[in-house]
Amino acid sequence: MTVAEKKHRIIEPDSLIGKRIPKMDAPDKASGRTRYIHDIDLPGQLHGKILRSARIHALIKSIDTSAAKALPGVHVVITAADIPDQRPIGVAKDHFPLKVGRVRSERDEIAAVAAESEEIAEAALKLIKVEYEDLPVIGNPEDSIKPDAVLIHPEPHGADGTHLHLKQGTSIAHRGKADNVAMRFDYAHGDVVQGEAESDAVVEDTFKLHYVTHCCMGVSGMIAEFDAAGNVQMYSNTQVPFLHKREFAEYLNIDPARIRIIQPPIGGGFGSKLDIYPFEVICLYLARAAKRPVKMLFTREEEFLASPTRQPVLLTLRSGCKKDGTLTFRTVHTLHDNGAYTSWGATTPFVMMQTFSSLYRVPHCDYHTAAVYTNNPYAGSFRGYGNLQATFAIEQHMDMLAAKIGMDPLEFRMKNAQDAGEVTGQGMSFKSCGFKECITTAASRSDFARKFAENQANQKKPGNIKRGIGMASMLHVGGGAKIYPSDGCGTILKMDDFANVTLITGASEIGQGSETVLSQLVCEELGLPISAITVVNNDTAITPWDVGVHASRTTFIAGNSAIGAAKKAKGKILAVAAKKFDCTEADLDLRGGFVIRAASGEALVELSKLLRNLHFQEKAELVMTTFYYEPPSVHQDKGFKGDVSAAYAWGNQVVEIEVDTDTGFIRLLKVTGAHDVGRVLNRLGIEGQIEGGVVMGQGYAFTEDLMIEDGKMKNPNFRDYKLVTAPEIPEMDIAFIESMDGEGPQGAKGVGEAPSICMAAAAANAIANATGTRMFELPFTPEKVYRALHGQTPKRYWKPWKAE
Amino acid sequence: MSLKHEIEFTLNGVKRKLAVDVTMNALDMLREVVGLTGTKYGCGEGECGACTIQVDGVSLNSCLMFAVDCAGRNVTTVEGLTDQPRGEALRESFVEHGAVQCGFCTPGMMMQADHLLAKHEHPDAACVKRGLEGNLCRCTGYKKIVDAVVACGGRDSVTPAQAGVQK
Repeated sequence: MTVAEKKHRIIEPDSLIGKRIPKMDAPDKASGRTRYIHDIDLPGQLHGKILRSARIHALIKSIDTSAAKALPGVHVVITAADIPDQRPIGVAKDHFPLKVGRVRSERDEIAAVAAESEEIAEAALKLIKVEYEDLPVIGNPEDSIKPDAVLIHPEPHGADGTHLHLKQGTSIAHRGKADNVAMRFDYAHGDVVQGEAESDAVVEDTFKLHYVTHCCMGVSGMIAEFDAAGNVQMYSNTQVPFLHKREFAEYLNIDPARIRIIQPPIGGGFGSKLDIYPFEVICLYLARAAKRPVKMLFTREEEFLASPTRQPVLLTLRSGCKKDGTLTFRTVHTLHDNGAYTSWGATTPFVMMQTFSSLYRVPHCDYHTAAVYTNNPYAGSFRGYGNLQATFAIEQHMDMLAAKIGMDPLEFRMKNAQDAGEVTGQGMSFKSCGFKECITTAASRSDFARKFAENQANQKKPGNIKRGIGMASMLHVGGGAKIYPSDGCGTILKMDDFANVTLITGASEIGQGSETVLSQLVCEELGLPISAITVVNNDTAITPWDVGVHASRTTFIAGNSAIGAAKKAKGKILAVAAKKFDCTEADLDLRGGFVIRAASGEALVELSKLLRNLHFQEKAELVMTTFYYEPPSVHQDKGFKGDVSAAYAWGNQVVEIEVDTDTGFIRLLKVTGAHDVGRVLNRLGIEGQIEGGVVMGQGYAFTEDLMIEDGKMKNPNFRDYKLVTAPEIPEMDIAFIESMDGEGPQGAKGVGEAPSICMAAAAANAIANATGTRMFELPFTPEKVYRALHGQTPKRYWKPWKAE
Repeated sequence: MSLKHEIEFTLNGVKRKLAVDVTMNALDMLREVVGLTGTKYGCGEGECGACTIQVDGVSLNSCLMFAVDCAGRNVTTVEGLTDQPRGEALRESFVEHGAVQCGFCTPGMMMQADHLLAKHEHPDAACVKRGLEGNLCRCTGYKKIVDAVVACGGRDSVTPAQAGVQK
């Protein structure tokens, strides 16, 4: 290209938004080059292993580690007695990493070894002798609230005299708890008594939601090392590095400034890496004691046993409506099986109550949860965060109420669906809301109305194969969630002499594609191709603060932060260019790697050249900017009211199934989804999120069941814990409703959790449509379906119970 | 600690001579002795497919194979796969179709898909789904993986540029 051609070159407008942009990390991942934590080894590294409890609930009478310590190749063996400064971890601080005096669940950590190899560490574990005295096991939350139930955290803790070296403190781990109620949540708006009085139809049912777990393909792991000055470097799988920096500092009793967390790419997250788990703290203790790097990796069995689960819930819902289809009230009581310790699962009511109070217009709502201790595994956060459970109940009642007043389920939903501009009883303010369009789109694309009527008519006809269609809707936060003091994310952006951008973001990449979408947003502002950007997002010593990957917040929050930094860079560049070309900044734009005239698209100067001119002049300057984005959401008040997210995501999914009434086997044929995502940024990425979420929801509804009997996990392996496989996936037809959120980055809203929420509820409605039988308990395995269809499932009723 | 045995085999086109523990599986040999970490541990009992490799052109779970049984065989891992035209095409197809999210299952998926394409040049979606049944993925919902493999099989032949990569 000659100089003259360059000068008059017109650059046509182009946009990266909505395109199918391949993930930037995909080529390495598809070549086996990506180094996950499992693939990293440090010089001098030891291998850590944990001895877990051989009992479900017992006092630890003695631990003898002498033989393990004597084994050649063993560097360190620790128990609670070796760590006098242990501090309790977890959401309720009811959990010592190494158990003190007592074990409360199968996963409980008793001792840990750091050795030259994994084999030696495992051999050492076998040499540790533990004496137990068994205690009664609570394997069921309903037993946990009985007056004579054994206490899981008796007070004062360790009154049995086995709590050696326990320091004073006020946490549950130190002081115990006088009952088995770990947490409770009570919310209300309106007056449900009035609501019930105004109702023409009322339904009440108990729903039971089971245990499932994340099954990240990459097992949990960590590498910890201390330098000579006592600084800690951790290679960690965490989704929330900045929160954990502070927490780990507390557990190690050191200044948070001494902790650096490096995040290698992770083999799946889905919420599982949102809390600190005992193994991480234990790995740090081992590294501190051994003065060597220590790497700890789970086996798959350990991953099942010692990872968090989705929150199992027992839920009784009472709902009402008027003859004209107007919803009147909802009363909700849930019993959360907290397991032996408290993690994020106990706090799922934050999300559940939003669905009850605000998915549809409900004038009167009363919500109560008690999360109670048992000797079962403890539940953490898992994609959807309680919303799958809440939606399972609500959306079945939507169909049941509609049937009771003789209204079409689609019309019933439309009548009560939220619109833009509404502020709900819980204080959520819906600025962009494509909810009704989601419902009508999913319904029309699936031909819902016709099939629903046809299937219903076929229920009583002969033949064992019945078709069913069912729908469910969902509401989820789509603009972050203000749970911590800040819901923000920081960005540092720098441009080099060749117009390449380094985007340094606080947002973690957990496989969801955040680095690609953030790059798109930055390159869109700066008129550059994706190839011009490098993302740094994995080192707390470099990246600015971010609250973490949760609440479907990364695209929205980190996206706005990245755009903010890019706009500042653009402003600086255009100011320089305006001076050079003797015009205003508004006359100019950035496009295709050039500074152009905004009106004509005429290329004025290559951006790289302009940047070099700026740099290599007398008053030398670089383009480097920073931005911190804090969403305009608010903290909820003590009654859980307030506009907690800057935007809300909506969706509706229609599920079509075929039931074999002779075997109870269900084939999932098709899922038609319509999701209000604000705007599609990366079409390839968002399709992947939705498809993956739908199939995860399918697993929750049909195949996955983590079987726990009296605290004992029966199926900690992929043979007996059945994930959905490729041949079982449904046909998927996904529509995106673009409501163009005013606050969202380029109009987008969060979507990470949304697609898995509706599946189980829609499947239940489809079973009812196919067979006339309602199923209130998950999962819909052939055995459960067969029993339900053949009248062998007694109707469960859990009497609403409220903790005093 | 345990008894070592010396084996010779071909790994990704290169002849190797190694001493391995007789109890060691092929997965640990590849990762810990050879140092090729593209092959992943997902479950260690043949249920997830993350450790899929090819031995004499047949895909199998390396966690279930003794390392010593590699003796005299021709072993291919993901690192060697993408040096071959079909492997290169598969990688491009996986990237282009969004078949990669966290990426942990991807190497095993690619090894299995390559084996499938060796047997069925132009598989349809149903054939690919059956072929990948033993490989678990928690992120993608499989659809884009199936799309990637079908599209790759749909290619009439590899391009000259891809063929040039071949050693």
